[in-house]
Amino acid sequence: MSNLDTLESDLLAAIESAENEAALEELRVNTLGKKGSISEQMKTLGKMTPEERQVMGPALNGLKAKITEAIAARKDVLAEAALEARLAGEKVDITLPLRPSPAETGRIHPVSQVIDELTAIFADMGFSIAEGPDIETDELNFTALNFPEGHPAREMHDTFFFNPKEDGERLLLRTHTSPVQIRTMREQEPPIRVIIPGRTYRCDSDQTHTPMFHQVEGLVIDKESHFGHLKWVLREFCKAFFEVDDVKMRFRPSFFPFTEPSMEVDIQCDRSGGEVKIGQGDDWLEILGCGMVHPNVIRNCGLDPDVYQGFAWGMGIDRIAMLKYGMPDLRAFFDADVRWIQHYGFRPLDLPTLFGGLSS
Amino acid sequence: MKFTLSWLKEHLDTDAGLEEIVERLTMIGLEVEEVTNRADRLKPFRIARVLEAEQHPNADRLRVLKVDTGEGDPVQIVCGAPNARAGLVGVLGQPGDYVPGLDITLSVGKIRDVESFGMMCSERELELSEEHDGIIDLPEDAPVGMSYAEWAGLDEPVIEIGLTPNRPDCTGVYGIARDLAAAGLGKLKERSHEQTRGSYPCPVDVKLDFAGTKAMCKAFGLRMVRNVKNGPSPQWLQDRLTAIGLRPINILVDITNYITFDQGRPLHVFDADKVSGDLVVRRGRRGESLEGLNGKTYEVDETICVISDDNGIESLGGILGGVPSGCTEETVNVLIESALWDEDDIAATGRKLGINTDARYRFERGVDPDYMMPGLEYATRMVLDLCGGEASEPVQAGSVPETSNIIDFPYSEIRRLSGVELSHAEANVVLKSLGFWISGAGDTVRVAAPSWRPDIEGKADLVEEVVRIIGLDRVPLTPLPRQGTVGQKVLTTSQIRRGKSRRALAARGFNEAVTWSFIGKDQAELFGGGNAALALANPISQEMSDMRPSLLPGLLAAAQRNADRGFGDVALFEIGQVFENDTPDGQKMVAAGVRRGTAKLQGAGRHWAGASGDVDVFDVRADAEAALAAIGAPVNKLQVVADAPATFHPGRSGCLKLGPKNTLAVFGEIHPRTLAMLDIEGPLAAFEIYLDALPQPKGKGSRSRGALNASGLMPVRRDFAFLVARDVSAETLLKAARGAEKTLISEVTLFDIYEGKGVPEDQKSVAIDVLLQPRQKTLTDEEIDAVSARIIANVEKATGGTLRS
Repeated sequence: MSNLDTLESDLLAAIESAENEAALEELRVNTLGKKGSISEQMKTLGKMTPEERQVMGPALNGLKAKITEAIAARKDVLAEAALEARLAGEKVDITLPLRPSPAETGRIHPVSQVIDELTAIFADMGFSIAEGPDIETDELNFTALNFPEGHPAREMHDTFFFNPKEDGERLLLRTHTSPVQIRTMREQEPPIRVIIPGRTYRCDSDQTHTPMFHQVEGLVIDKESHFGHLKWVLREFCKAFFEVDDVKMRFRPSFFPFTEPSMEVDIQCDRSGGEVKIGQGDDWLEILGCGMVHPNVIRNCGLDPDVYQGFAWGMGIDRIAMLKYGMPDLRAFFDADVRWIQHYGFRPLDLPTLFGGLSS
Repeated sequence: MKFTLSWLKEHLDTDAGLEEIVERLTMIGLEVEEVTNRADRLKPFRIARVLEAEQHPNADRLRVLKVDTGEGDPVQIVCGAPNARAGLVGVLGQPGDYVPGLDITLSVGKIRDVESFGMMCSERELELSEEHDGIIDLPEDAPVGMSYAEWAGLDEPVIEIGLTPNRPDCTGVYGIARDLAAAGLGKLKERSHEQTRGSYPCPVDVKLDFAGTKAMCKAFGLRMVRNVKNGPSPQWLQDRLTAIGLRPINILVDITNYITFDQGRPLHVFDADKVSGDLVVRRGRRGESLEGLNGKTYEVDETICVISDDNGIESLGGILGGVPSGCTEETVNVLIESALWDEDDIAATGRKLGINTDARYRFERGVDPDYMMPGLEYATRMVLDLCGGEASEPVQAGSVPETSNIIDFPYSEIRRLSGVELSHAEANVVLKSLGFWISGAGDTVRVAAPSWRPDIEGKADLVEEVVRIIGLDRVPLTPLPRQGTVGQKVLTTSQIRRGKSRRALAARGFNEAVTWSFIGKDQAELFGGGNAALALANPISQEMSDMRPSLLPGLLAAAQRNADRGFGDVALFEIGQVFENDTPDGQKMVAAGVRRGTAKLQGAGRHWAGASGDVDVFDVRADAEAALAAIGAPVNKLQVVADAPATFHPGRSGCLKLGPKNTLAVFGEIHPRTLAMLDIEGPLAAFEIYLDALPQPKGKGSRSRGALNASGLMPVRRDFAFLVARDVSAETLLKAARGAEKTLISEVTLFDIYEGKGVPEDQKSVAIDVLLQPRQKTLTDEEIDAVSARIIANVEKATGGTLRS
């Protein structure tokens, strides 16, 4: 018996000190293999007396089971250690800087984003988006909008013209989005609710003017919309667009050939901090012109101004973008400086909605 | 339009203070742009007397003055004014004083080695007028040491309103007072000009002679005042004029300027002794010219209305008087003109000759025709009062047109257009106080506009008058009714495409730019434009002369601008209009992008994980396809064809076509010659997508996508490599492989291209991976072999190549 005990303690010690899976395997072959030490012992059982066998059989089987188990246990430990070692070797510096994903570096121009914001607000009020060509006729840009020929109001528009055609017609670049009012009223039966965003042009260039800029125009034509509705629409728009709970507005009589009565609208602001804050303070800032569509304009579109009525308003998209998002200089809108676009632009997937907040 | 508070109060009896008046002006549509008080700025400037004026030792044109400031020792001033002399009483600015006309703050200076402790000022330097021929020369008895502004009566608010072009009645202070009175801010002091009985017939007659053409002058009143004594105007008159920026000249001229601003009625005065024969108002003739009172000489023609006598032209009617018959201090006999000109002709002449005068400003907006003769009376009265003399009887040529415009006005219009409920009585009070006549009773009355309101045409104008005077804050906020449904789709296909392509491109790392719709002619021509019909007649510069045929020139230039600032790896895109012709249909919507330097999809420049190479044709084809996919184009059905415009690299560019004729996009690396012509540097690759070219989506069908038909059987992959000629396109090969078997082949991928050792010259090896997807049962080896054989046969037939063994 002491023989077996010695063998067992020797083998267990050897298993415990096996340093890798190969050494362990060699040990396994040397003990449990066909010619292994335990296997050799097992072979002696046949020559033993039944009495001896009755003692040695279980002892040898017990030893074999014990060693098998010890080898398996050691194997697990070694495999674990090997994995640990491999993983330790695979370690990387996870602080290495990544390339930003394209969706992180791309940006939407503020003008596009603001048009999407306007769309979200006015679609909710039942408006659709109308558009028209940049190259317009004198008739649509001026005459149909009740600008008399040679009137000073026409002069004030600094119009870009094309060369006259053989028949004397002279096309121009629209000076405002208002010709689309005419196109819409001539093509579409009332009730009409549209906003009209787009590029507009005036030959004027200085610190605060660019020869091309963006306007958005609104038009409502039906049988009952009056100036009280106009006031409401504009107030709701300003609250939604500037994302403020309330805003004071001031309507001042003014003059536009295509509206009567005509108003200019000032919005409450605070200029004290160097930056204009909308919806607070006690200063005023002019942001838009509006009025009831002039009876002559309604008539020019083939509608009876005693039956149909409505209102229109217009404002600068670039300008309201500047007011909301704090760009100081209009000219930078058209310079395509990537630093500017990165700073003032919007992330590609941030599509403005009313339900999610326009800009949050 | 500028006026002073005291001038306004001459016509308006009111207790209201400046602030209230300013607020009310703005709220009734006469927007106050600025209130200034010149005394604020000129406070430190004092009246001072020049005691000595010595020649400057080192400069011929300069003098060294000793100036008495009224206190302490005289100060030394170096002065270059020609009129600087001992005894002159003028206006002194001392170190620390801000000189508005020069925008400088004075300090002790040394001029040619002589110290100077301030300056004697000209009117221009103090922004009192344009006068700069010498320093201010005050009367000898002006009190030395006193504040000049105070002495000169400059301590008064000057109100400037931005007048809208529809309100000629407010080009005079009287009209402004009338509006304020109507708005409840006081009582209008009604004007009345007593008629001066002439003591002799006017010796000069006037004729309107347009020889059968359209009359450019409707009526003309004329009157002589003889034996006048002209000279400088009294101080009050000079003060009124200088306060609003006009330069006093002499009494006769100042009276015309005064009435222009007081009543909105421009007048003209001729020196009668310089007028020869009668006055004829007629069209100008080519070859005639006039030296105007502004010092410039103008050539006229038959589109310009002139006043002539036997000497020739004496005045450009309604716009500018002439020097030959102008009134000077020596004038003894004066002819006063008050006429009525055609508004459009005045505007056209003013534009044509580039003349902006206070007279043109009023006549082109439309002066009160009924005030033509009263205005003449007013001027006569002032001349007699200030210059003495005897007035002739007035003569009048032509006739003042009838202006009465009677409007049937249902009071309900006020509620219909403005939403305000207002009593008839309240509306009547407003209209009457503005000078309207109302007749009749009941719900509809007849309203006549006064002669000074040419802007009033119809009912809507009356509503405006009532509402602006009662105040727009009385209009009730009224919610716009919702339209009985949840929100509908409001965007058009074009708008949806722009939105989707915009966000798809931004998501690929592009920055959105907005560039000018106009570019230079040479650039337009280079990109297929340059059509004469698309060239502006009055461009703002040569670089912005033609409507763009493509977005690329603007974007390429923008990329270069960024490179010039040190940011050469940029990806820019724009979605906007291009112009094929000048019709509305010729305006197309395009999405275009440029990548410059190493600005690839995965990032730009060097990086530890691998540097980015130069942008190339594949980058931009991928962009174009991604944007097309975003707008719903069938990208896998598009043909990739190598026939991009000549602005692109001929071997590294192409088109994406839907069918042989419909080009949806072009893409490629930019041709080196294009870069040279635009004076820019690459590497640059670009694409342009024609958003309108994609057919409209089909109408409202079922939104169902059908059942997913995913096979439960394992797909099988087989690789093939072919040797084909180098110029065989990948697309040819792939198409042949895909077409070999319609039901089993679900995907063909090209995974390797090889040229070089082991491959014959002029050939390339193309390796593809074909995915076979069994549907009913697992494929047998025989079936796979059969498909493989068909793939090989198809490819070999289509490409002329062979299977690489």
